[in-house]
Amino acid sequence: MEITQLLLNAQSIDGTVRKQAEESLKQFQDQNLPSFFLSLSGELVNEEKPVESRKLAGLILKNALDAKEQHRKYELVQRWLSLDVSVKNQIKICLVQTLSSPVHDARSTASQVIAKVAGIELPQKQWPELIGSLLSSIHQLPPHVKQATLETLGYLCEEVSPDVLDQDQVNKILTAVVQGMNASEANNDVRLAATHALYNALGFAQANFNNDMERDFIMRVICEATLSTDVKIRQAAFECLVAISSTYYEKLAPYIKDIFSITAKAVREDEEPVALQAIEFWSSICDEEIDILEEYGGDFTGDSDVPCFYFIKQALPALVPMLLETLLKQEEDQDQDEGAWNLAMAGGTCLGLVARTVGDDIVPLVMPFIEENITKPDWRQREAATYAFGSILEGPSPDKLTTIVNVALNFMLTALTKDPNSHVKDTTAWTLGRIFEFLHGSAMETPIITQANCQQIVTVLLQSMKDAPNVAEKSCGALYFLAQGYEDIGSSSPLTPYFQEIVQALLTVSHREDAGDSRLRTAAYETLNEVVRCSTDETAAMVSQLVPVIMMELHQTLEAQKLSSDEREKQSELQGLLCGCLQVIIQKLGSEPTRYVVLQYADQMMGLFLRVFACRSATVHEEAMLAIGALAYATGPDFAKYMPEFYKYLEMGLQNFEEYQVCSVSVGVVGDICRALEDKILPYCDAIMTLLLKDLSSNQLHRSVKPPIFSCFGDISLAIGDNFDKYLMYAMPMLQSAADLSAHTSAVDEEITEYTNLLRNGILEAYSGILQGFKNSPKTQLLIPYAPHILQFIDSIYMGKDMDDVVMKTAIGVLGDLADTLGSNASNLIQQSPSSREFLNECLSSEDPLIKESAEWAKLAIGRIISV
Amino acid sequence: MPTHDLRRPFKRPAISDQQKRRELSLLRQEQNRREAQLQARRLASTVLSLQSGTSEPEPSDPIEVEIPHELDPESEEPYDADCSPRDITDVRQASKLRGIEGRRWFARQLMLPEWMIDVPDNLTKDWYVLARPAGKRCFVVSSNGTTVSRLRNGSVFHHFPSALPSGARTRENCGSALSYCILDCIYHNIDQTYYVIDMVCWQGYSLYDCSAEFRFFWLNSKLAESGACEPPTHYHRYRFSMVPVYNCDKSGLLMAYTGAVPFVKDGLLFYNKHAHYQTGNTPLTLVWKDEKCSQYLIDTDSKGEIPSEQQVVLGLQNDGKLTTSDDPPVVFGCLDEEFIEKSGLRCGNLLRFAIGGGGLTFADGKLEKADIQYVGKSNRVRAFADSYSKVIFQYMARRTPLRVVDLLASISLPNDQEDRTSDAEMDG
Repeated sequence: MEITQLLLNAQSIDGTVRKQAEESLKQFQDQNLPSFFLSLSGELVNEEKPVESRKLAGLILKNALDAKEQHRKYELVQRWLSLDVSVKNQIKICLVQTLSSPVHDARSTASQVIAKVAGIELPQKQWPELIGSLLSSIHQLPPHVKQATLETLGYLCEEVSPDVLDQDQVNKILTAVVQGMNASEANNDVRLAATHALYNALGFAQANFNNDMERDFIMRVICEATLSTDVKIRQAAFECLVAISSTYYEKLAPYIKDIFSITAKAVREDEEPVALQAIEFWSSICDEEIDILEEYGGDFTGDSDVPCFYFIKQALPALVPMLLETLLKQEEDQDQDEGAWNLAMAGGTCLGLVARTVGDDIVPLVMPFIEENITKPDWRQREAATYAFGSILEGPSPDKLTTIVNVALNFMLTALTKDPNSHVKDTTAWTLGRIFEFLHGSAMETPIITQANCQQIVTVLLQSMKDAPNVAEKSCGALYFLAQGYEDIGSSSPLTPYFQEIVQALLTVSHREDAGDSRLRTAAYETLNEVVRCSTDETAAMVSQLVPVIMMELHQTLEAQKLSSDEREKQSELQGLLCGCLQVIIQKLGSEPTRYVVLQYADQMMGLFLRVFACRSATVHEEAMLAIGALAYATGPDFAKYMPEFYKYLEMGLQNFEEYQVCSVSVGVVGDICRALEDKILPYCDAIMTLLLKDLSSNQLHRSVKPPIFSCFGDISLAIGDNFDKYLMYAMPMLQSAADLSAHTSAVDEEITEYTNLLRNGILEAYSGILQGFKNSPKTQLLIPYAPHILQFIDSIYMGKDMDDVVMKTAIGVLGDLADTLGSNASNLIQQSPSSREFLNECLSSEDPLIKESAEWAKLAIGRIISV
Repeated sequence: MPTHDLRRPFKRPAISDQQKRRELSLLRQEQNRREAQLQARRLASTVLSLQSGTSEPEPSDPIEVEIPHELDPESEEPYDADCSPRDITDVRQASKLRGIEGRRWFARQLMLPEWMIDVPDNLTKDWYVLARPAGKRCFVVSSNGTTVSRLRNGSVFHHFPSALPSGARTRENCGSALSYCILDCIYHNIDQTYYVIDMVCWQGYSLYDCSAEFRFFWLNSKLAESGACEPPTHYHRYRFSMVPVYNCDKSGLLMAYTGAVPFVKDGLLFYNKHAHYQTGNTPLTLVWKDEKCSQYLIDTDSKGEIPSEQQVVLGLQNDGKLTTSDDPPVVFGCLDEEFIEKSGLRCGNLLRFAIGGGGLTFADGKLEKADIQYVGKSNRVRAFADSYSKVIFQYMARRTPLRVVDLLASISLPNDQEDRTSDAEMDG
């Protein structure tokens, strides 16, 4: 069958026809990829073909060039690059030609495919003529082609990273884009495409933004576009401003006044999508200033890369009234709608960010609004006032807030029980939660919660948990922070008298028929967890009694039969919550003197966890795994009896590349089991090591799992001692090559430096565990050949000067471990190492007690082998 | 082109409880890993051997282990019940030995200096000197919230709370169960102070195989930090104190010999800087006395009087040989079977002899003949026979003592060495 028909059939409403067509397309692709691609591009460019088949041809091509998963993406890139040049050229000609098609969908699809091909080829220095040819005659092009060309440039900028294009190409693109955006451009489609393209091209415009004239021009064009008659253009222009607010914050000073006028007008007068972008601009400025001020601990010294311009502080007198106005524009039932996002929500969120940015200064600007509206008959006014109050609780100092909050607390407690409007109650409960989160806790000088009002607070919150699900959920949240404030209370908590009542109320909430709404059930269990975590010895017996209760709940989820996929999902979610709760309880009771409670129920709990595994669901898997880790710690060597049954699930967890959190948690549990079982883990080690080594060599596995795997090598060696010898030949080369990679970070990128340090720490923990595991063994000599490399690694990270405190602590410890385990065999190496002594002295004088502790250990161990 | 989603979390806490559970798990795992690491690091890299010292291995009769009721049940090691003293590598296990087993074990853990019968070479370069406080030599162990001192023969002397790590049950001192300490001390009765003359373990880290130079450095930097040198309180029954340690050059020797100290001196101790802490007799630590720096130069009897003839305590071997506590033992004579049977003596008994008018005869620096006369069984509290060096030192003290001028004369290059007593940096 010819390709057109196949492509049309593949979109047929008749399932059989569709399936058959999809099958044939796949066969075609498998049998002859070049010919398949050529047919698709031929279809796309052919003006005689129906738009449906052309569009699908383009989409199939696009999907054949890119994928979400990194390894799959890599395969597709390699597949494209290995195609014959003439085939690729022919496809590319078809694609570029399609941009001139009178059919919009064909053009649009082609521009996306071109961007994908460019994304592969430009970094390889292939297709260098692309940008030049797209732009060569842009002025002469008919509007629809101009629009397609600009759209292509937009997608292209989204696809490739800035270092791939040279400045000349960037200049050409920006020139074309800015001209397309200009008010003189008569065609709105062209102008919109140009505005979208600019959004993506902003990341390339560093040099242009450093040039005052060019920057002025770009900013002027954007500001003019915010005044366009076309709402889509206005929205896109504001999107550009939002992007600029974070990318070029430090360049904004000359424009900020104009931008304020533009955004204020948009917030008050424009359509919602535009107004939301305008508010987002200020939220984004807050994000920037919060980051800057946080980084310099609040007192800016003037020598940072990005100074704080205090835009928010300057705009405050005008900005706050504008935001307060938005609070009155609530929608009915917005609290029940998970996906809702409106002016009132955006404005309130922005107000919260402003409070965090400026602190105390916001209070006098907001208080009159609260006082004026909080008792008004219109629920919108009461809600807006309450929301405003809740929003400013984070940021200003407790000094500034305590008096106000003391007055407001009673009012809020009354409102939560008596206000007729559910929306107001929702916000009131949320505000109480914020009060407890930010103004209650051991760090506060004057406590908000006293013996006098504690009982009333608890009573009101528990009462409110019977309210509508969204209100009850917020009340649970408030209780969460109420409990959290007592986390380091010591031996006696003010919540102790209400403990039983609170637990009972939360369990009752979790059983409500409507507990599935507004994530109420989740909130109830999370609050229960926090109440348990922050409980004291006084209530240990009541926490113990909770174990069989939660186990029974978990047992009941396992009894349900023949579930629909929807029910199954709900079941697994509930199992996750219950396993999470058991995990928290195990961790709470797992040490003396309450450990016996965990031991008493260990068999039953383990049985339940294994049955949860048998239900197979990713999130539950993770929660049950976490709970088992905690259980292994509590049971110690007795955990051995669960291993035969548990092992296969551990294996599954370690192989779960897709859900890397599960894999990561499983790796952590291997460590728990090593410490619990010690050498009794030996029979499982061959299999576990094989899986861990596979994980390390996989390019599918998320990189964040790799450092903990290295640490896990150390855990295993520490547990099985010199029985680790047979793994040395596999583990050591991996450690060495990872060490070489992580020894030097050329990156200025904070995220990469952070990851590199995690990796280094993992590698060093592996070395530490292996060295200590071999201590006093005749097999110690097996480690001697690796010692020079370990020392070089430590030398190089010391000299790199970019290690964090954790790496420093681990690294100096490894130096000690080398001396301790290898004895005189290490003394020459250490003496010859260029930086050991300096490193040691630096660590010995460290302020960090953990670094100091490790350093003293190292000094001691080295002192034994190096004569003075 | 799609517009960009700008929704922000609304009325939601920044961190989910699930994320919190993950993070708390990671935190717990991190702490557990750290503890496992510390524990591994604290296991001595060489085993505290029981074979050192002169005694034969214990007969393999079952060991009585009492579990003191003040200990938490969980802190009991699972292998306690069947451990034999041979396997004991750790003072925490040994602390649980009771009665004679405990005494025997601890009696063998002290480093016993030989008496200085000739002056070692390189005194200035390789040796430290310190004034020895008069008093009872003790082995002080702090662990699990209590401190126990044991005498040379292994018997418990004091049981008390102290500011040493794990030495008392106080909030700030509860520490890890692994964080025990072992100090080599002399208890000076007049000011009720433990003078620390060596540090064997600190916070669970073994210093057995560290050089004396390093041990003194560690002692200097750690003891004061712990608060153990502070005056006594409810949680700190006895004060600990350090003894000044000098390089054994002329000025150092004179400081130790004549310098003012807060305690009554009983001779001088010499430590070889490079020597490890070695249990039992060692020639790398030496004791020397004269009348000026010691009230007890010549041994007294149980009534405190100097006997007219020098008394020695020797061990009876199963072939009837009478030997010192050295390894290898030095034979001073032999008892015949008939005498042994008649006097009801058994192998292993410690017997007291007097050196007769014939004295000791040497050939090539070795003992050739000894004129000794049986006096009787030795005092029950004695754990060991006399060492060869002690017998000879006492013998010389009654005749041709080694004088302080002899020591000073052997220090050929006075004051030419830098004083590096407290400087034990690893810059070799």
